[in-house]
Amino acid sequence: MADACLRFHDLTLGYNSHPAVHHLNGTVRTGSLTAIVGANGSGKSTLMKGIVGVLKPMAGSCINASGARIAYLPQQSELDRSFPTRVIDLVTLGLWPRRGLLGRHTREDRDKVVSALKAVGLEGFENRALDTLSGGQLQRTLFARVLVQDADLILLDEPFNAVDARTVGDLIELIKHWHAEARTVMVVAHDLDLVRTHFPEALLLARQPIAWGDTREALSTKNMMRARRFDEAWHEDAPWCEPEDHQHDHAGHDHHGHHVEEPASQRPDSQVA
Amino acid sequence: MYDFLIAPFVEFGFMQRALAGSLLLSLGACPVGVFLMLRRMSLTGDAMAHAILPGAAAGFLLFGLQIVPMTIGGLVAGAIVAIGAGAISRFTVQREDASMAAFYLISLALGVLIVSLRGSSVDLMHVLFGTVLALSNDALTLIALISAITLVVLAIFWRAVVAECLDPLFLRSVSRLGPPVHFIFLGLVVLNLVGGFQALGTLLSVGLMILPAAAARFWTARVGPMCAIAVVIGIASCVAGLLMSYHAALPSGPAIILSAGAIYLLSTIFGTRGIFNTRVRHHRHRTA
Repeated sequence: MADACLRFHDLTLGYNSHPAVHHLNGTVRTGSLTAIVGANGSGKSTLMKGIVGVLKPMAGSCINASGARIAYLPQQSELDRSFPTRVIDLVTLGLWPRRGLLGRHTREDRDKVVSALKAVGLEGFENRALDTLSGGQLQRTLFARVLVQDADLILLDEPFNAVDARTVGDLIELIKHWHAEARTVMVVAHDLDLVRTHFPEALLLARQPIAWGDTREALSTKNMMRARRFDEAWHEDAPWCEPEDHQHDHAGHDHHGHHVEEPASQRPDSQVA
Repeated sequence: MYDFLIAPFVEFGFMQRALAGSLLLSLGACPVGVFLMLRRMSLTGDAMAHAILPGAAAGFLLFGLQIVPMTIGGLVAGAIVAIGAGAISRFTVQREDASMAAFYLISLALGVLIVSLRGSSVDLMHVLFGTVLALSNDALTLIALISAITLVVLAIFWRAVVAECLDPLFLRSVSRLGPPVHFIFLGLVVLNLVGGFQALGTLLSVGLMILPAAAARFWTARVGPMCAIAVVIGIASCVAGLLMSYHAALPSGPAIILSAGAIYLLSTIFGTRGIFNTRVRHHRHRTA
């Protein structure tokens, strides 16, 4: 399939042999805008780390066949805000995928950085030190860096946390703009109203994938109830997952059901773009 | 004035060499110190300085007070500790501060043991505190080489070193350079400490690395200028320390480090980002 941006084959990701994302199958279409929804501990951030490659799969694979360039905005940034640098220098880091370690930053590059800051409403903040920014301003700075990265696949992990309503609106506009440019965008979000309003597709996780497809169907009451029943705690002595367990699994089986596989209407591929 | 400030360096060869050696050392060690500080690894520098000891001591034990074996020994010991501690922190649950502490304690004990096997306490003092007033040509060449390597490597990897400090997860998401850069940086730390211990000894060489960097933090809010200011402070400390040492017949290593310490204390108070300017002076505020 030519327009697949990412393909998950039985992808299992986790920690200490306990899966946080269990047997995920499916395809992320190029140019799709997907919300990733689920309770705390349901594997949303883990999935993003798996896609970026920061976390290696325990089983299965995540294939970026088209070689899409990825921009990733983590939930818990390891950003050191006390580092002595300016807003503009942080945004300039976004040039890395294009210029790398030694490539010269051209005048165009600098213009791009300045216009990215303008696009997130931080014109005039170029020379501000990072430790003088508010949480929302920092988040917008990081969005500006994502803009500069000019990536094909954009992964945003809870970008709306601790951000005021106006900034959420601004960030949503940016996301829609990326979507309009046919970039693939995946966003972890908790606000279901916001997801239903702005995201055409949703992936509902409860460590197992519960549903994936058209947002309204994926987040149906039935699916939300099923997602809610998942057990957040690990069972230390949970039995080992054998390959045949999930091959013969079917809908209706609560614990191992891979419902993304089941009804055609929930398959992302079957959707009209 | 001339007699006090210039004459000692003009008239005496050993003072010229001491000056050249310590200036070259500042050039490489101070920027490395800035990044060490910004990565919250200031004390790691101290630990690494101890870690070098058994290697230098083994070189000393086998070949006597000779620069090449002691340097190679120091480099090997430093590399083992840096790579060992770094690897344990990257691949296990343990953080780098704990693994570094474990390694350097083992290393330090081993070093003291080795020195005591053959040397006297005078020899131990030499290894621990150095002799900047007795720098040989070999030592000078070595220090010059180390400074040159440090500056070239820092220039090449500048973006990666900054990114690794500022936002390591970002660097990992766009490049594979993250882990190698960490080890390259630790390599520079070891290299400069080994360069420093000829002149200042293992205990004090870390002082020339950290104190100017810590002082520079109070003068600027940008990392590039901070490195430059640290170098200037390092050089000033060396000149002041050597003059004190010459005129008051003090040991040169401690004199240099105490000069840097004095500049640090003054910077904490009077620096543009120091106590006076941030806490005392600004009673007034601007309109919103």
